[in-house]
Order: sequence, then C-alpha cells, then structure tokens
Amino acid sequence: MDGYDKLVPSPTPDTQPYWDGLSQGKLMLQRCANCGKVRHYPRPVCDACFSMDVTWFQASGRGTVHSWTITHYAFHPGYKGELPYILLTVDLEEGVRMNAQARGIAESDLRLGLPVKVGFERVKSDLTLPVFEPA
Amino acid sequence: MSLHESGAVTGVGETKYLRGTDRSALSLQLEAALNAVRDAGLKPSDIDGLIPYGAGAVAEDFITNFGIKDLRFSATTPMGGASAVAAIQCALAVIQAGICRHVLLSIGRTGYSGGRIGTRVQQMPQFRTIGEFEMPSGAIAPAQLYAPMARRHMELYGTTSRQFAEIAVTTRYHASLQPNATMKNPITVEDHQASRMISDPLRLLDCSLESDGGAAVVISAPDVSRDLAKRPVMVMGVAEGHPDSPSAITQRPDLTTLGLAKAAPKAFAMAGVTHDDIDVAEIYDCFTYMVMCQIEDLGFCKKGEGGGFVENGALGLNGRLPVNTHGGLLSQAHMAGMNHIVELTRQLRGESAAQVPEAEIGLVTGYGDMGDGALAIMRRS
Repeated sequence: MDGYDKLVPSPTPDTQPYWDGLSQGKLMLQRCANCGKVRHYPRPVCDACFSMDVTWFQASGRGTVHSWTITHYAFHPGYKGELPYILLTVDLEEGVRMNAQARGIAESDLRLGLPVKVGFERVKSDLTLPVFEPA
Repeated sequence: MSLHESGAVTGVGETKYLRGTDRSALSLQLEAALNAVRDAGLKPSDIDGLIPYGAGAVAEDFITNFGIKDLRFSATTPMGGASAVAAIQCALAVIQAGICRHVLLSIGRTGYSGGRIGTRVQQMPQFRTIGEFEMPSGAIAPAQLYAPMARRHMELYGTTSRQFAEIAVTTRYHASLQPNATMKNPITVEDHQASRMISDPLRLLDCSLESDGGAAVVISAPDVSRDLAKRPVMVMGVAEGHPDSPSAITQRPDLTTLGLAKAAPKAFAMAGVTHDDIDVAEIYDCFTYMVMCQIEDLGFCKKGEGGGFVENGALGLNGRLPVNTHGGLLSQAHMAGMNHIVELTRQLRGESAAQVPEAEIGLVTGYGDMGDGALAIMRRS
C-alpha cells in the first residue's frame, strides 16, 4: 500500500478517536457528556452547553441522502483514476451529516432521502475511509 | 453609532487581467494599488491604513515600496471571497474611529500561472476541517464543495441548469463590452449546456476563471474625500455575515442559505434604502449558482425563486437587476471580488464601459470559503 497518492488526514488529539474507529470498522461520533448533544465533525466544545466533556459512541451508520455531486474533474492528481465519482452528503440517523464517496449506487438512483449505510475502505495500512453503500 | 456614510471610495485601480504572466503576485498587487492611489489623486505615501487580501502582499511590502512613514493600521479580513467587501466595513470602522484617513484595499494574484485552486485550498486555514474530513474522500475544490448546495436547490425548488446558464450568458455579454476582460467571446445557453461537467451540476461555464492580475480600492474619510480627483462614492451601508457551520457546508442546517442572509438586513437598514432603490448589483460569482443564491439571500426574491428571477435577461443592462456589468469572476477575471468593488465604483461615477443608465445606488457582495458573506451598498455623490 505504499505509493498512496491521495490526500490524507492529519488527525489531532480532538479527532483521533474518529479515525481509530474507522480503522476498526466503526463509525464513532462525539456526544456531549453534559447535555447529550451529538456533534460532528469532531471538535473540543459543545455549542449547546459549552461543555468540553465528551464521550464517543458507535453510530448506526444508517442515513439518507441530503444532497450530492458527481465529480468529473480531478482537482488532485491522485483522484484521476476514480473519475467520475459520486460524493454524497448524508443525514445520519444521529442527526449529524457526513460527506463520503458512494459505492454501488447508480447516478440514476440518486434522490433526496435515498437510504444508505456507511461502509469502510482500508486505503492504506494506517488509513480507513468511510463510503456509503445502498441500505 | 453607525458606519452609514462614514467613508467613501475615492480611488480604484487594476492591472491588465491576464491568463498567463511571468510577474509576481506582489508586483501585480503594487501596480494595482498605485493605480488606485493615482485615481484618487493621492500619493502612495498618503495611505495610512492597509487591508490587503490574505495572500500575496503584507503591510510591510507597502511601507517599503510606497515610502509610508506612519502607517496607522493594518489588518486582513480572512473570509476568502468575502474578504474584499468585509474589508470595507473594517476600513469604515477605523476611519470613523479617527485612526485613518485613507485605507487601501488590494489584491494581487497569480491564480492562473501559480498554484491552482485545488492546491491553494489545501493550504488555507479556513479549510482545515474540510482538509481532515472531506478532502481525503476527494471533496477538495470549491466546485465540489459547493455543488451539493446547488443540487439541493435544484431538487427542492426545480431550479435548472439552463437557469444557471442565463447567468453565465449575461455575464459573458457584459465582459464583451469591457476593455479589461479576459473572456470576451459571447456564449449561448446551448454553449453552456454543451460545456463539460466539472462537478455535477456545475459545468465548466458555471465556474469562475483562474486569473493573474491585481485590483485595489482606496477608501477615504468623507471630509477629505471631496477634495480628491474623482467624485467620491459614498458607502451607505455595509455588513458581513458568517453562516451556520462556517467550517463545513456539509453540517449546515440549510444548505441553500449563506452568511449573506445575515448581513443583508443589516446593510440595507444602515443604508436606509430598499431593494427597489438598487440600480446595479455586482454579486460575487465564483459559480453561477452562487449569484442566484445570493439574489435570494439579499432579499430580491424568496428562497427558491432565484431560478425564475434570473430568466429572460433580468440581469442584463436593461433588465430588472443589472448584475456583474464588468463580466465578474466568470468572464472578466478572478480578483476575489475586488474587481466587483472597482466596477460598482465606476458605475456610480458613470464611467463604466457597460454603464447602467442613471445608476445612482448599487450594491456589491462578497462570498467566500464555506459561505462567508459581505455586502456594501453605495451611492453616487
């Protein structure tokens, strides 16, 4: 898996549990330990009660399509071989959204509200990315 | 206390806009700034406040090159394409506070000859969240990040790609009238529809240019503005607005609403005008859809009605709301909206090459990053 030529994340102590979860095939989200509000993308402070106490929990991985784009142009050379690819913006059951590529979904199937579930692709030894598959 | 008419645009300047240069972004920025200062009838060393666009030149460059002996204020307004208009608010605030008399806003860039947008965004701190959570999946450039906003608008309201095309076609026509535009060949709706898909629903002709050049604006205190070379253009109202979830469009409660929706009521109230008073609008056009969305967020029509609003030449010089009379980012050049302020000033002086007859009051918007917005409303004097 050397020679991976795409963009890679630079996790911080605030976000590392999310990436660790993906590598174990789990979608981990943050929940405020004080008021219970779920938040994403991972960050230090709850915007509802301003608590910095947080717990991580495994999300269901189920959601519905909120919007999408189909990319036909590579803005980074590493993605040229994947063109065209579908990027889904998904409403997760837990009330937050995610953005990831679609797998096994035809362009003609795309519609608001389409049910999907998260999948996991190990793209290199130390990186697993989320994708969305038909639910 | 209000910033209403607490400053005026007194000078505007540009370089020749190009697609290909061997010059530095700094050189382009300084040339545009010199042109703006001269347009105002000032000496470069008269500048006592600086708000350069986030990249390309810093205050020290201007002090060194312009021989400024007593610079009293410098700042940046890091809001991407909203930076230039947001800088107007910043300039008015420091003028009203008595800190500065002549504030220079400037940009210089080698967007065509230097690093392209897909590379630049990876280095911008405002894109840090996206960089970690979306770019690895291949959602990298603004075209890809903004396309889902346009797609959702289409699905919810029946907005069509042909309506986006109306914006591209009108903007290109305006560019064809302008001496300093890089894309002057007229296009049709069919040309737009035949242009290649970049990130669906955004086609090539929905996307703005990558450009080399510079643009600059001088904003002066009202009491000194009247003695300068050109008739001052008064800033009647100005505001910036930051959207919900400003670091990630994905997490925004309403994908179809921008930060501009928060700025618009403030700027209109400060200006004391209504939408019917606006004779010309220079609207930040990184993509065609963004023009439509901002027309809605400005309040010219309801959310979802922007597609119908832009049809039938409504944005042309004789239309309901003349928009982007310089050709915009889509067809003149991508100067991050500084060129929109330059053009609004020319319209309100009556000196544009695509002049809206009797233009007395106009507006200019900025849009940047993940939805930051800014709005200034100005009048001729």
